[in-house]
Amino acid sequence: MIRWSFIVVLSIAAVGLGVWGYQENQDKNAVLIQAENSYQRAFHDLTFNIDLLHDKIGSSLAMNSKQSLSPQLADIWKISSEANSDVGQLPLTLLPFSKTEEFLYDVGDFAYRTAVRDLEKKPLSDEEVKLLEELHEKSGEIESELRKVQNVVLSDNLRWMDVELALATNDEAGDNTIVNGFKTVEKSMDSFESSVTEVGFGSSGPEKNYRNLQGENLTKEEAKKTASKWLEKVDTEKLTLTKSGKGADVPTYTASFQEGDKNGYIDLTEKGGHPLTMMISRDVNDPEISLYEASEKAKEFVSGLDIDNLELVESNQYDKMGVFRFLYTKNDVRFFPDAVVVKVALDNGEVLGLSARDYYDYHKDQDLNEPEISLEEARSKVNPNVDIQEHHLSVIENDLKEQVLCYEFLTTMESTTYRIFINASTGEEEKVETLKKAEMKFNQEI
Amino acid sequence: MLWKKTMVVTAGLVLLIFPIADGTWSKPVHGFSSQVIQQGATGDDVIELQARLQYLGFYNGDIDGVFGWGTYWGLRNFQYEFGLEIDGLAGQEVKDKLVKASNYDEGYVKKQIREGKDFTHYGGVPKSKQTKQPAGQSPPSSKQPEGQEGGQGGGQPDEPTAVNVPSGYSQNDIQLMANAVYGEARGEPYVGQVAVAAVILNRVQSASFPNTASGVIFEPRAFTAVADGQIWLEPNDQAKEAVMDAINGWDPSGQALYYFNPNTATSDWIWTRPQIKQIGKHIFCK
Repeated sequence: MIRWSFIVVLSIAAVGLGVWGYQENQDKNAVLIQAENSYQRAFHDLTFNIDLLHDKIGSSLAMNSKQSLSPQLADIWKISSEANSDVGQLPLTLLPFSKTEEFLYDVGDFAYRTAVRDLEKKPLSDEEVKLLEELHEKSGEIESELRKVQNVVLSDNLRWMDVELALATNDEAGDNTIVNGFKTVEKSMDSFESSVTEVGFGSSGPEKNYRNLQGENLTKEEAKKTASKWLEKVDTEKLTLTKSGKGADVPTYTASFQEGDKNGYIDLTEKGGHPLTMMISRDVNDPEISLYEASEKAKEFVSGLDIDNLELVESNQYDKMGVFRFLYTKNDVRFFPDAVVVKVALDNGEVLGLSARDYYDYHKDQDLNEPEISLEEARSKVNPNVDIQEHHLSVIENDLKEQVLCYEFLTTMESTTYRIFINASTGEEEKVETLKKAEMKFNQEI
Repeated sequence: MLWKKTMVVTAGLVLLIFPIADGTWSKPVHGFSSQVIQQGATGDDVIELQARLQYLGFYNGDIDGVFGWGTYWGLRNFQYEFGLEIDGLAGQEVKDKLVKASNYDEGYVKKQIREGKDFTHYGGVPKSKQTKQPAGQSPPSSKQPEGQEGGQGGGQPDEPTAVNVPSGYSQNDIQLMANAVYGEARGEPYVGQVAVAAVILNRVQSASFPNTASGVIFEPRAFTAVADGQIWLEPNDQAKEAVMDAINGWDPSGQALYYFNPNTATSDWIWTRPQIKQIGKHIFCK
């Protein structure tokens, strides 16, 4: 009797386990198919978009009338952006595919700039036509490679999940057909990089990094001393010092210390020992001082930098921290790219952070041209519907990554504030920014 | 007479403020304290400043406790009208003039904030007409319908109803990035967390990655914490602070686009990238 009931219970359990296992397996498969389908969609979208891109670039070359060329270029811009987003949805991050992505970006960049230009007044130059031809050729190469891969994927029922697996286990991913196809595409892009920069377009742009650093190279001992000066005079014995590797834009020393709950970190340039990034981390208590007092502390702190004429342009309270943005000024001209940011703890006014990377990266001692148009002329270029509240002379970096002198107007319309930049030599509207309002709190607890 | 009235109002204010300050308020900076209020500040002083400016008709925005551009222009106009130095700072003289010229019904304002109501504080208008008006009657509320009806109550009363956020980001974007940073680098030193956040932002800027923070974070195989679901752990405040720092311009990674843990990295390719530096367990590279 007992034996029988035992057998019954066990067989019910076995059947139950089987049903449960089967359902789990079904669920797992359903999820896998979902994931596979979204990869497949991104991949087929990508091949389709590249195909379309190739066609559109081709027909833009054959076009003669300016009226149809601009919309065509705008279309190319849109398609390249879509193709780029398709790439972003495929599991290619650990696969060298970045040149192709940059290619797509360059196509979009080029198409955008020429599309918004008045082609009646400034038609495509010979170099630009040449570049367009090259883009056409390259997109053709990508297209045919991708079509080949697509064909294999469809005829052999290849799955992107296997690509993921191959990349994850890294068994010399060479055996996977899809991976191979994408590697071939990437290889075909090798020769492209050089020609795009010649015309002044593209992502790689002119080298700008830290060209104007002043001073002698520091030894390790000097670096430690300088670091300690910035990190609240911490004992140099306690500092750990390392040097940056070969990937760094500018050679730096990194010093850090740990003292109880407090730790500090600083990046100094090897040349001149300028502080790029400084951070001190500790528990911060509730605010005791006002943002105004904190801004005085920040001003005092930046006066210790070897940068003259920093002007406070923006201050913000984030919970227990005050963050202050300073700009370099010269003869009352504010240089927007040359920014220094300081973070102050509002519990005791201690400076907990400095970021001067932007300043040292962009700053160059250039002589400024006098503005060619008057303030009144610039004022007349501003939209008449806004009220001008304040004006300055400023240098900003425009879309073409050039530094240009502008009249800066702080204006209001309704309850929103806008910052408008009018080029001081051409009178063009270079940039209009909406200055962000505080965001209401979405309720965490209801 | 006016002087006497001011005294009464001030005395009333003082009485109102101190008992509460000892009890429920965590913010020690409050009720037109001695501080100079400047743009970017948040807190009770700002609520009072906005309410008083609105009473006089210089400020038409929401009374939310964040000193933004609207409050700044309102204050400057006030300074102009009252013959003060126009600097957009609320110092002692400005506050004295404001207190003299306006009434501040703190109980009313705080009650509306606590109850999460849409309200205004104009002088000479009955209070009953200033809360929850139908759209169209009050310029500020009709322009910005607030979605916080019935919120704010309970939780933390008397706090500003808005927060400063770095330009171009919302609190939710910051939250999402904090999730990623926490999932990826919660055992790392603070600097390492800022560096991971900076890598996300560098990728957004880069031509060879998606153009949004969410695109970068959810790119397949980009972050292990996304792949194994650790991104959905609840991030702590430190992770959020690290993200804020990175957005505000701190980049200890040295403009890196990749990082990896040398002990667990499975890809050979990642070792071929030019390395910049190591922070904690992560090696950052181009």
